[in-house]
Amino acid sequence: MRGFQALLYRDLRLATRAGGGAALALAFFAAVAVLVPLGIGADLKLLGRIAGGVLWVAAILAALLSLDRLFQADYEDGSLDQIALAPMTLETSAAAKIVAHWLTTGLPLTVLSPLLALLFDLPQAGYVPLLVSLGIGTPAVSAIGAIGAGLTISIRRGGLILPLLVLPLLSPVVIFGAGVVSGALSGLDNGAIWLLSAFSLAAVCLAPFAAAAAVRLNLAG
Amino acid sequence: MNIFELANPKRFMRFSAALLPWFWTIAVLCLGAGLYIGLFRVPPDYQQGQTVKIMFIHVPAAWVGMMAYASMAVASLFGLVNRHPLADAAAKAAAPLGAVFTALALITGSLWGKPMWGAYWVWDARLTSFLILFFLYLGYMALWSAIEDETRAARACAILALVGAVNLPIIKYSVDWWNTLHQGESIFVKGGPLIAPVFLWPLFLMAFGYTFLFLALWMVRIRTEILARRARTLQLRMGTA
Repeated sequence: MRGFQALLYRDLRLATRAGGGAALALAFFAAVAVLVPLGIGADLKLLGRIAGGVLWVAAILAALLSLDRLFQADYEDGSLDQIALAPMTLETSAAAKIVAHWLTTGLPLTVLSPLLALLFDLPQAGYVPLLVSLGIGTPAVSAIGAIGAGLTISIRRGGLILPLLVLPLLSPVVIFGAGVVSGALSGLDNGAIWLLSAFSLAAVCLAPFAAAAAVRLNLAG
Repeated sequence: MNIFELANPKRFMRFSAALLPWFWTIAVLCLGAGLYIGLFRVPPDYQQGQTVKIMFIHVPAAWVGMMAYASMAVASLFGLVNRHPLADAAAKAAAPLGAVFTALALITGSLWGKPMWGAYWVWDARLTSFLILFFLYLGYMALWSAIEDETRAARACAILALVGAVNLPIIKYSVDWWNTLHQGESIFVKGGPLIAPVFLWPLFLMAFGYTFLFLALWMVRIRTEILARRARTLQLRMGTA
């Protein structure tokens, strides 16, 4: 547990200090969200209806941005070898890295989302569902993204291939996440929140094992 | 015979060389008969007219597209657990075939969709989940070609294939769920194409033919992979000698 904590704090410090890129993900999130109305027009009624989906897609893209460095930076400077040698399982280390990634991207994105929703004139009933769905769903993005990050460690342009690996796997998150918001807006209880929770829980529980296996195969040999 | 005995490349080469002509014969006969009956003997559907015949090319392609992923996932599991290069080669060989069959299903599906739905692409649940399946294949092949080290690429791709195999049913379910949510936009007639027996026969023939076509192509690709590796080893040996 102490190792988990130490790795978590280390990754949090690395992400929040200069060059960490946590703030960049937020800026990217906002920039994508601003481009959408420029592309499809300023009709507030339409924007309010699509806000949930647009913000969900933008949040996932923003979270992907910092994922390719999740293990790669440590792999390149050799600290990943040290982490692998530490007296804790690689699965624990992977879980710590996933939590750190979520705390520095998923959580800030969630907190920022109501402000962007304001720009889209999201109807009043949509704010809490948007916040809750992003809060529940973004851990799954970090978790499944970590698998992709582990698989692409040794690829020099891993950041290019990572979205192709991860985005199809994330389609349930987008569907259920945006479904929570659209369900709330149309006033029908579609159960998306439970499906999203179930998917997120399963992803967070299982992904560290797959991510650790991916890291391990890249360290061996 | 134990299937693991085939893990020996030499034995596999002998075994597949004996089977291949049979597979090709069955594939050609079934596809030929299925196409002939399906295109010329079957009457046009009372609702869909001649377009119903696209089904004979489309539906088996979709089946084989899914079967190829299952084959790839099983081979990946054996590759990961038993660490045998032949399983890796089998998984690698299945991916492009699966992608092509999936693409064929998507293309024929949209060709059928134009006269039936009035658009080449409708965000129908099955079309959408097949498009995602296609992207999974693309990601798999991209990952394989991006990692230079052969065994490392095989391991990484095996993990990806297994993660995808776990996730595929969930993706399928979520897309179905999403589609019923958006049902208003779909023009699909509920309970329309209840299949008449006259269509069923050629469909089964085609499915049989497609399956054996896939098996034959898969075997050829695995054989090619083995031969290519032998050639590379020989080259290295001659280079150092």
